[in-house]
Amino acid sequence: MTLQLFWFFGGIAIAGALLMICFRNPIASAFCLIVTMLALSAIFFMLNAQFIGAVQILVYAGAVMVLFLFVIMLLNVGRGGSDMRRAPVWFVGLILVGILASQLLPLSRYSSERLALEYSHSPLLANPAVVFDTTMNLAGVNPAQATLDRGVPGDIAMPLFQQYLVPFELTSVLLLAAIVGAVVLAKRRI
Amino acid sequence: MALIGPSLAVSAILFVIGVFGVLLRRNAIVLFMCVELMLNAVNLTFVALSTVYGLAGQVFVFFVMTVAAAEAAVGLAIIIAIFRHHKSVDLQNINLLRG
Repeated sequence: MTLQLFWFFGGIAIAGALLMICFRNPIASAFCLIVTMLALSAIFFMLNAQFIGAVQILVYAGAVMVLFLFVIMLLNVGRGGSDMRRAPVWFVGLILVGILASQLLPLSRYSSERLALEYSHSPLLANPAVVFDTTMNLAGVNPAQATLDRGVPGDIAMPLFQQYLVPFELTSVLLLAAIVGAVVLAKRRI
Repeated sequence: MALIGPSLAVSAILFVIGVFGVLLRRNAIVLFMCVELMLNAVNLTFVALSTVYGLAGQVFVFFVMTVAAAEAAVGLAIIIAIFRHHKSVDLQNINLLRG
């Protein structure tokens, strides 16, 4: 049942992505990308990453895509003809993408059994239930208990504000630089 | 834990579609949307593997989202500046560096 639900949302995400690169109108592309992001958010919820799922909706489907739609509206693009590249480029792109897909798609065989085999280095012990205590992940944390103790945001706040505190603070510098840069670039005369 | 394989498959497909979009389209804004799609695909990989390897993966997703938001803001500002200069966002018309 979980797997069917996963493939339902995964199918929506893939269909949205395909429609995004096919639609000629940038507004239609943007809306298809929003559909993909919402489906991905549902997948994040299924993978027990509730905080990331909520932030995905707020930041990506909310802020970033509104910015995209706003710029499309501001520039009034998409009235002209097709912006697809012509046949030779198209064909070379298809070959490159095929090579990339043949490299990436074998990752889907990365099951928990394979993971257990790599972790234990022994075929005899390659039983996921034995290698991974099902209540415990590799960091030695029981996810269910940790979530119960601290709540969903507290769960991710612990590493964010302890182990990754300096990168988190540096992120604010990055955002400030982005704000200043965006204003400087988009301003008509400085 | 059973969803790792399918998650990586969906992530790979989305990333490949994003790369194909970057190669296929000439509209700079759609190109940026394809880059966002690729970032999202990588986020899915991080979250899927974080179910086994601990919460650090979700923290990385948080950072990736921040960088993506900053990149979108600066990139769209650049597109606006280019549009003001060329009256177009078609990459075919932006050939100042062509030899």
